[in-house]
Amino acid sequence: MTEFHKTPDREWIKQRLINASICILFAFILLFLRLVYLQLIRGEEYRLKSEKNAVRLKSIKSSRGLIFDRNRRLLVDNRPSFNLKIVLEDAGEVKKTVKKLADLTGISFDELMDTIKHAGRGAFYRSVVLKTDISRDQLAVVESHKFDLPGVHVDIEPTRHYIYSRTAAHLLGYLGQVNPSELKTGKFPNVRSGDSIGRYGIEKSFEKYLQGKRGGKQIEVDASGRTIKVLKTVPPVAGRDLILTLDLGLQRTAENLLKDKNGAVVALDPNNGDVLVMASSPSFDQNDFIGGISKKKWKALISDPGKPMINKAIQAEYPPASTYKIITALAALEEKSIDVHTTEFCPGFLKYGNRIYRCWNKHGHGELNVIDAIAQSCDVFFYQVGDKVGVDSLAQYAMGCGLGRKTGIMLGNERRGLIPTSSWKQRRFHESWQGGETLSVAIGQGYDLVTPLQMAVFIAAVGNGGTLYRPRIVKTIEDSRGNVIKKIDPEIRGGLPASRATLDIIRKGLLKVVQGERGTARRIRLKNIEIAGKTGTAQVFSVKKGEKLRRRDLGYSLRDHAWFVCYAPARHPVIAISVIVEHGEHGSSAAAPVAGALIRQYLGSAASGHENKD
Amino acid sequence: MFDRRLVENFDWGFLAVVILICSVGLVVLYSALTAGQAGNTAAIHGLFKKQIIWMGAGLGIMFVTLLLDFKELDKLNLLFYMLCVGLLISVLLFGHVVGGSRRWLMLGPIRIQPSELMKIALIISLASSYSTCVSQTGLDFRKLLKPALLCIIPFILIVQQPDLGTGLLLLLITASITLFVKVEKKVLISFAGLGFALTPSVWFFLKDYQKSRILTFLNPERDPLGAGYHIIQSKIAIGSGMLTGKGFLKGTQNALSFLPEQHTDFIGSVLAEEWGLAGCTVLLILYFVLLFWGLNIAYNCRNMFGSILAFGITIMIAWQIFINFGMVMGLMPVVGVPLPLVSYGGSSVITNMVGFGILLNISMRRYASK
Repeated sequence: MTEFHKTPDREWIKQRLINASICILFAFILLFLRLVYLQLIRGEEYRLKSEKNAVRLKSIKSSRGLIFDRNRRLLVDNRPSFNLKIVLEDAGEVKKTVKKLADLTGISFDELMDTIKHAGRGAFYRSVVLKTDISRDQLAVVESHKFDLPGVHVDIEPTRHYIYSRTAAHLLGYLGQVNPSELKTGKFPNVRSGDSIGRYGIEKSFEKYLQGKRGGKQIEVDASGRTIKVLKTVPPVAGRDLILTLDLGLQRTAENLLKDKNGAVVALDPNNGDVLVMASSPSFDQNDFIGGISKKKWKALISDPGKPMINKAIQAEYPPASTYKIITALAALEEKSIDVHTTEFCPGFLKYGNRIYRCWNKHGHGELNVIDAIAQSCDVFFYQVGDKVGVDSLAQYAMGCGLGRKTGIMLGNERRGLIPTSSWKQRRFHESWQGGETLSVAIGQGYDLVTPLQMAVFIAAVGNGGTLYRPRIVKTIEDSRGNVIKKIDPEIRGGLPASRATLDIIRKGLLKVVQGERGTARRIRLKNIEIAGKTGTAQVFSVKKGEKLRRRDLGYSLRDHAWFVCYAPARHPVIAISVIVEHGEHGSSAAAPVAGALIRQYLGSAASGHENKD
Repeated sequence: MFDRRLVENFDWGFLAVVILICSVGLVVLYSALTAGQAGNTAAIHGLFKKQIIWMGAGLGIMFVTLLLDFKELDKLNLLFYMLCVGLLISVLLFGHVVGGSRRWLMLGPIRIQPSELMKIALIISLASSYSTCVSQTGLDFRKLLKPALLCIIPFILIVQQPDLGTGLLLLLITASITLFVKVEKKVLISFAGLGFALTPSVWFFLKDYQKSRILTFLNPERDPLGAGYHIIQSKIAIGSGMLTGKGFLKGTQNALSFLPEQHTDFIGSVLAEEWGLAGCTVLLILYFVLLFWGLNIAYNCRNMFGSILAFGITIMIAWQIFINFGMVMGLMPVVGVPLPLVSYGGSSVITNMVGFGILLNISMRRYASK
């Protein structure tokens, strides 16, 4: 390379450079000829086209996918809405036109001008939405004064409509306007500013299916922006429809039963994890969110102490209370700490170290085995058993039963709950685990937290012989002509860490809770359907030793939470239910009847359909 | 520090051409911004000022590029290349997403686009690699292995962002330089054959929107609301300019916001509408002079590395001009490649200025053969 400039290589490279220059020259000549063709040969024609170029692009909103329940009853659809729009370029003197519009429709002038100001860049030639969902009277006035209102037009566009307001609001979710920073992320290629996207629930998690695709029109307009001719149309594509696993009738019953209470109900099909009911109370009206919720309403919703904006089935964490005894029993049987014959004596309390741990029944349950201990929810029995198993082993079983982790339901914001271990406490509080705390954990009153959905998945697994399903909310996704786009199959996430024998013992106990003479939920017994379940009463406030305070004297917010988890029919369950009523006091009196009513309705209606199976 | 001879050899003419193109670019950009921002004077002046600042900064960086003898780049080529690949990887990991593409890295307030720098790094590495093995009989397969690797790594990383335009540019630059240094005939034939065989399978790797752009290019009627509409409107804009154009700020196509990116990718049609064939011809001539000058620098350089490097930089600019003009005139699918020194955008201005700096550098030291 050193003597390159003297080598024959240099002359050779020079020659190649000359060739390269010729190539580039040719390319430039090509570009030039193309310009000559466009600007001179066809120039006249293009000039003419550009002069009368009053061609506007008008986008056509697509309608969002519909949502049906499992029996194809329509839950969410779209209704036509009259949207008032303006194209500023065509509006002449904008202020004058808007003033006239304000006088005619009664919409405030400032509000209209505000909307125009916020329409942002590039809005001059595109239509700006002034007001969505104007009334028929306003529509009539605008249409009849069409010629005094240049640039103003009304488009009929689909708007979301929740047919049963407040029903399954948390599950279905709601919409909200997309904001500029979301548009910038590029995650929503079909969404324009001013459009709504799913903000919560199914509307959010299935957004990409529900959304659909915008269409558009190339239209030729006259000087005041009125359409002369539609040149080309690309029709919009409607969003995909969702067929849910939800049972509308059952859902509405559950919501009625929870009326004026705070709490949640989840019902699953234990054979595939289908979510039949997911109710959270209090609820909210999804229709309020369409076109933007008013500040006042939003403030009222988020400051409501009943927390209507939280889906308590998956986002609220509660102490599991006595429902947790199922886990303690399962762990003890599996660890062989006890067997079906092992009995403990309950005098109404247990002295542990120098502390007294009370049973809920101060008279004591006497001598009982694990089946009766479950049926009568004896605290003392489970204190003893829990102590034998130990907290870390208990935690391992609880995790194995699906607690302390998300169930994997296709909704956002699911909470995982909490299953404490000794190392967790060390990390969290820098304190070592105390033996007495194990006793509290064994009856579900320790640090443990679960969601109603987790308990439903767990009790469903107990009922179906040990299979933990991922809760399914959407069965199929179809296009608007009914062709199946996607089928979501039931998904098994694991099995309970228990043998068949262990489960049989536990199921006997659960059956006795309802069907036994001394069972805690014997009052919800039905004539021809056997129910197996477990009550729970979660302490919110602990009554100090020696203090004689009757529960009904306690303020509402200090009263206990009532739990009931169950499945029915006990032998071959088709429904599993988890109910929590906040501050409902007793599981047996507040929560169990809700489950009982749902079972009666579901099996009553399903009974005829199940006959030929048996 | 600076040899007096170097100052005497400084290529003032080349610098003048660069500055002339910048001025034309600013005039056209002003029109494009005026229309695009619909009366928002603050935004227009803001963007316009930004572009002037970028050009000023670009010229500054260009002079900094002159300080280091270009032959040092030969030694440092791999370091520079690795640095750019590193940046590309970090873009994929922590990049800033705009419009669905992960192309930018945030360095404090400044947003840089490593794929732009990569073009320069690739050209330097290719020049360095080819300068040691070039021969009049052409290169064989074995010698092409390293250059192919040099090109493929950044190509894959850039296509991931996804930025097909820049990725394609890397392939075109590599192919051009390789053909320039000559390959054996059988290599050429097998590559051409391979290309034909692979084209259908490449189709499957393209994203839907990319496929749609190619189909739309073949048949603009296919997408009357999107790219097809832009091509048609762009052609109307260009054609309506006729011989002398409609005059400064008098373009109507442009003003109607028919073009989505009139200040970046579609700026050529703004020029054509307002200044007509006359204006376009002026810009084309300026570009041609610039390219010819670049090749002349390669011609006069007495160092093989320098010659190939100068050719590479020139061809990088040339491809950007062809692709952009070709696109706005409906000769090519819609690919986001900016028009050098005319389109709005800092990364592109800086990269081109660095390129011109390297050309000036080679020109200045053309007599030093060592």
